[in-house]
Amino acid sequence: MTGIVNLRERVTRNVRDVGSSTVIANLRELFTRNLRQSGIYIAFVLIVGLFSILSPNFLSPGNITNIILQYSYILILAIGMVIVIIAGHIDLSVGSVVALTGAVSAVVVIKGGHPWWMGALAALGVGLLVGVWQGFWVAFVGIPAFIVTLAGMLLFRGMTLKVLGNISLSPFPAEYQKVAGGFLNGFLGGNGVDVFTLVIAAIAIVGYAVNSYRSRQARLNYLQSVEAFPLFVLRVLAVAGVVMAFAYQLARSRGLPIVLILLAVLIIVYSIVTQRSVFGRHGYAIGGNLNAAQLSGVKVRRVNFLIFLNMGFLAGVAGVVYSSRSNGAQPGAGNMFELDAIAACFIGGAAVTGGVGTVVGAVVGGLIMGVMSNGMQLLGIDLSVQQMVKGTVLLIAVAFDVYNKRRAGSAR
Amino acid sequence: MNDNILEMRSITKTFPGVKALQDVSIEVRRGEIHAICGENGAGKSTLMRVLSGVHPTGTYDGEIVFEGESVRFGSINDSEDKGIVIIHQELALIPFLSIAENIFLGNEQATRGLINWNHTNTEAAKLLARVGLKENPTTPVGQLGVGKQQLVEIAKALSKRVKLLILDEPTAALNDNDSAHLLDLLRQLQGQNITSILITHKLNEIAEIADSTTILRDGKTIETVDMRTEEVSVNRLIKGMVGRDLEHRFPPHTSNIGEEVLRIENWTVHHPTQAERIVVDGANVTVHAGEIVGMAGLMGAGRTELAMSVFGRSYGRHSSGQVFKRGTEIHTHSVPQAIGHGIAYATEDRKRYGLNLIEDVRRNISAAALGKVSSGGWINGNEEIKVAEEYRASLNIKTPTVMSLAGKLSGGNQQKVVLSKWIFTDPDVLILDEPTRGIDVGAKYEIYTIINRLADAGKAIIVISSELPELLGTCDRIYTLSEGRVTGVVPKAEATQERLMELMTKVKEQA
Repeated sequence: MTGIVNLRERVTRNVRDVGSSTVIANLRELFTRNLRQSGIYIAFVLIVGLFSILSPNFLSPGNITNIILQYSYILILAIGMVIVIIAGHIDLSVGSVVALTGAVSAVVVIKGGHPWWMGALAALGVGLLVGVWQGFWVAFVGIPAFIVTLAGMLLFRGMTLKVLGNISLSPFPAEYQKVAGGFLNGFLGGNGVDVFTLVIAAIAIVGYAVNSYRSRQARLNYLQSVEAFPLFVLRVLAVAGVVMAFAYQLARSRGLPIVLILLAVLIIVYSIVTQRSVFGRHGYAIGGNLNAAQLSGVKVRRVNFLIFLNMGFLAGVAGVVYSSRSNGAQPGAGNMFELDAIAACFIGGAAVTGGVGTVVGAVVGGLIMGVMSNGMQLLGIDLSVQQMVKGTVLLIAVAFDVYNKRRAGSAR
Repeated sequence: MNDNILEMRSITKTFPGVKALQDVSIEVRRGEIHAICGENGAGKSTLMRVLSGVHPTGTYDGEIVFEGESVRFGSINDSEDKGIVIIHQELALIPFLSIAENIFLGNEQATRGLINWNHTNTEAAKLLARVGLKENPTTPVGQLGVGKQQLVEIAKALSKRVKLLILDEPTAALNDNDSAHLLDLLRQLQGQNITSILITHKLNEIAEIADSTTILRDGKTIETVDMRTEEVSVNRLIKGMVGRDLEHRFPPHTSNIGEEVLRIENWTVHHPTQAERIVVDGANVTVHAGEIVGMAGLMGAGRTELAMSVFGRSYGRHSSGQVFKRGTEIHTHSVPQAIGHGIAYATEDRKRYGLNLIEDVRRNISAAALGKVSSGGWINGNEEIKVAEEYRASLNIKTPTVMSLAGKLSGGNQQKVVLSKWIFTDPDVLILDEPTRGIDVGAKYEIYTIINRLADAGKAIIVISSELPELLGTCDRIYTLSEGRVTGVVPKAEATQERLMELMTKVKEQA
């Protein structure tokens, strides 16, 4: 007990030491640091707002469902990619890996006549093998990831053509199509509004609230500053409101997309892995300062290997989702996916030089691109303009990041 | 009529939230060597950035008068046109280009758009002669040592017809011979009517060479002392810098020496790329619990290489030798192994090898011992913050919060973060490589106190330092290295700078 009291004294003394001029600097720093992240969320909200004004259909139940289904595989890739980028690497091969894993799955299920889950497992297995291959060259031989994955991009595309014999395979059985196109609904009835979807959303909200409360209590036990209780309640209520509104729109459409559940699980798991696991922290350390990480005892090779293994696995997951959605495997599948995934990470605040980035940021970055594509399609804007707008957004996002860094750097 | 080449009058420079310079005035006489000293953060670098135009006219208040006229600089180019050249601590040379190409970079000796290489190289050779560098102008700069690169920078400044040369910590990375040569050169340039401003932490250099000294503290001019008319002691300068009389630059300490903790036997290391080159040659070193052991040597003596090689083979190719801990042999083939055996190595280059500058203080402190704040591979974030707060308090790390980025702290506080990181691994042996390089006098004292505290707690400590007074002031025994060999070990009672220097320069007898 006395230990805690001493700590409290020390903490308060520190706070007093800081003095009034640095309190401002403190707030400033908090702001500049968070701007990088919160800027993305604000931009996302603004873009959604803009399109919902321009196009009345934009926030309709059908369209929201559509956006989720259409961009799910890019978001899955972005989750793996941001971890690669945090550690200071890049992966140019994921588009080809999506094609290869989808092709293998199609061969197993469509040609081989095996059940759907064997196809999915085969795809994940191939994804892991790809990860082992690329991880080996990057981590143990020490070839820059740019080269290894550029080679992989060609290699795995070639393998896709080989596996498919240069032709498309389709269709998948109905069960397989459900991975990306299926919905959970109707278990609890409802009249035009699916009650099951709302119940799942409510459970998620309660889980969020309980978890937030517990982490707040834990911080209090460690005598750290927390937001005021009314503010805390307000925050939870705001999140609950948004989630519920979102779920309500889904419930009015076709219910809860299976792929949304998959996505939610991946986002939560990988957020925790990057923020709270030793492995995740080591990724940040390697990307932030490789030499310092090495001299601090980080097993750099092992971490790099695991990062690429994981990327291969997630590319396999994305391969299953994409082949399911497109109901078949094509030789040209997944073309340019790597660039969308990389762009999502950078728009989402990851640093080009490594060491900075978050899973949620990358997902929001991917959503910004998805929402923009979808919105512009609804407005009937030409594909050429769409491409130009996306390119400009990427450039501005990174320029904003660089500007921020420069300003933060010159502050002292 | 005064003969001031430069007057800066009432310079005030404000960054958002911080007053970096407050009403600073400085007068530099033509042809003198003018030293500027002050603690880190006193405003020396900012003042020079104002002078050289990095902070252009309009971003500060006050007036700059150069050669009798009021000047307004919009960029570095403007100040260089007037003959003001600044040489930064981190040299701005391109390693793959030749000496001549570097000297005339941005000022290429061209006729009608094509570079005249003969002219370039002969002019470069003339400039090299002036700075006393005997190298071929076509040699790539990357092949030169830091000391010679410094001379290339000065030659480059001379090519720009420099009138006022500003050197920011020029000797920080140099060994004593190179430093002496550089200071000599400044005196020669003085004879050629080139005025120099010298920013340095090394007060003995100031005492030796400066004609006058301006002391800055907390963004204000404290005083300008004329070194020619009065006898100025180093203590007098320190007093001005820190605002207190530092009677003792080193905290008093009596070591309580216990059993042997680490013994390095017959340790030999080869250069990582040049296999036949022996960098450390059969070194034997022991250190006991509670003992502070020094390692002295000139650049290239192999001190850092020895330490890094023992610490998980982080340098070069190891060919022979054993490490014993408390009498039993241990293997330190990898950094995790070395850390596991209770060895910690705090690097001499904290920015490149010690810290993740874009990560916060908290995560830097826990970086080498994450296992202690995690279970089953999961980090307890609250425990981590608690640990960081404890080190912030006990080592007096000055930072707004432990969530501030390490890159934003001053050198001394960054060093304390590095020390925290290694103390948190709870080592038995701490190897501190240049623990006070580039940090100010006040912070140095704090670092010495921390070192003493660690020794009192029974840790075995090895201090590698290029500053002999530092070794004499803190260590119980001092090893000297020369050309990769241990040439002697001197107990505190017998150690003098002369004795150490003699051993440090002892060359291998030709058989």
